[in-house]
Amino acid sequence: MTDVPTAAAAPTGPGLAEAAVVRFMRGVRLQHDRVRDQWVIQAPERAFVPDPIATAILRLVDGQRPVGAIIDLLAGQFDAPRAVIAHDVLAMIADLTARQVLIR
Amino acid sequence: MNAPPPPMSLLAELTHRCPLQCPYCSNPLALDGREAELSTAEWIGILDQAAEMGVLQVHFSGGEPMARPDLPELVRHAAARGLYTNLITSGVLLTEATFRPLAEAGLDHVQLSFQDVDTGPAEQVGGMKGAQAKKLEAARFVVADGMPLTLNFVIHRGNAGRVPRMLELARTLGARRVEIAHTQYYGWGLVNRAALMPSRAQLDEATQAVEDARARLGSSLTIDYVTPDYYADRPKPCMGGWGQRFVNISPAGRVLPCHAAETIPGVSFPDIRTATLADIWENAPLFRLFRGTDWMPEPCRGCDFREQDWGGCRCQALALVGDAGATDPICSRSPHHDRVTAILEELPAEPPPFVYRRFGNAPGGGR
Ligand code: SF4
Ligand code: SF4
Repeated sequence: MTDVPTAAAAPTGPGLAEAAVVRFMRGVRLQHDRVRDQWVIQAPERAFVPDPIATAILRLVDGQRPVGAIIDLLAGQFDAPRAVIAHDVLAMIADLTARQVLIR
Repeated sequence: MNAPPPPMSLLAELTHRCPLQCPYCSNPLALDGREAELSTAEWIGILDQAAEMGVLQVHFSGGEPMARPDLPELVRHAAARGLYTNLITSGVLLTEATFRPLAEAGLDHVQLSFQDVDTGPAEQVGGMKGAQAKKLEAARFVVADGMPLTLNFVIHRGNAGRVPRMLELARTLGARRVEIAHTQYYGWGLVNRAALMPSRAQLDEATQAVEDARARLGSSLTIDYVTPDYYADRPKPCMGGWGQRFVNISPAGRVLPCHAAETIPGVSFPDIRTATLADIWENAPLFRLFRGTDWMPEPCRGCDFREQDWGGCRCQALALVGDAGATDPICSRSPHHDRVTAILEELPAEPPPFVYRRFGNAPGGGR
């Protein structure tokens, strides 16, 4: 988490970042809240509702799929150029990593 | 009033038994004895009801919840119902052998309390020799397991100057979160207020230490900071609103909107042995008493902050003004705010001795 990004692993560049595999940090999970009919992130001492883009990404995080495969799947689901989706997904994953939801 | 939204979190106080005796304990002065405690089957039924209603997180607390041998069973049951499980512990009963079954049961997170960063004063506050070494050891094997760990430090005049080192300890132990929480003055904390309340200068120094650490450490360590609101102009919000998000069940099965609510006079305390959690949540007079904003007096009633702080703390209004339905006197708009100012001005130069949290040790006849 405190790693200084190197040129090779710049968080927003495609290349390596798309090959990266992210997973939920231990003690953090995405869960469907049946009673309120919404997805929630369960984390230490807090539960919060991710926005729709974050939810779509997190539902595809399984600890095995590389980020690029998540982008491909979302590009198939949403009507937008892959490059645009890739940009949003990489930015969102960087944000979720900084917020201690995901880890590389 | 419309049906309230279901609670988000359940504080399950499994027992009031505890090897420590911290003088700021948030437990009531009248502690429940072991013979009054809910059974395993009763807690299992509560967890089922909570999950059914929409509770997301359950915090196993006490007293010391590790004093209950059925804790792994309760954690396992909660986890199977999709509840996020948190253990709030002093760590003195946590060993590798007692931790393993909890991890295997699906425990999600541990919140471990420290009385101080230095052993001498820590054990003077907790009243137990050897406690500090046990806590440090517990922190190490929780982190080694990979389970997220939060360290909790309660701040008072005796340890406020050591906040920088508390933060450093959290970082070196590998905690994911740390709570720097000034004492809240209810229950035993209220009894010991003159011994615990920091000065304004101590408070400012602690706040500065937290801000410096946040700037330095960024997102690698989450720092939760709770101030003593006696020095504030506006009160703390009450748990996201009375009976809105949070429900507390005492060891003996009383269902409460907060851990301090047992001080409220003239209302009966709902009992989980005689009613369902959903029925209590929606209909019990205790829960309806201060839910929403209809109960509010002026100046809260016409105030723009009424849905942000919910008029502050009911238990504090009761303790300081004698009326749980009054505006929290911490608020500078309260007609009784001068009482808070007077309390701070009259703090003794030398702190009085602690009244330790023990069965039978409360002034005025608490058990
Ligand atoms: S009434 Fe006071 S002690 Fe109780 S939850 Fe609200 S703020 Fe906390
Ligand atoms: S007047 Fe009441 S609602 Fe307004 S800030 Fe004070 S306590 Fe909160």
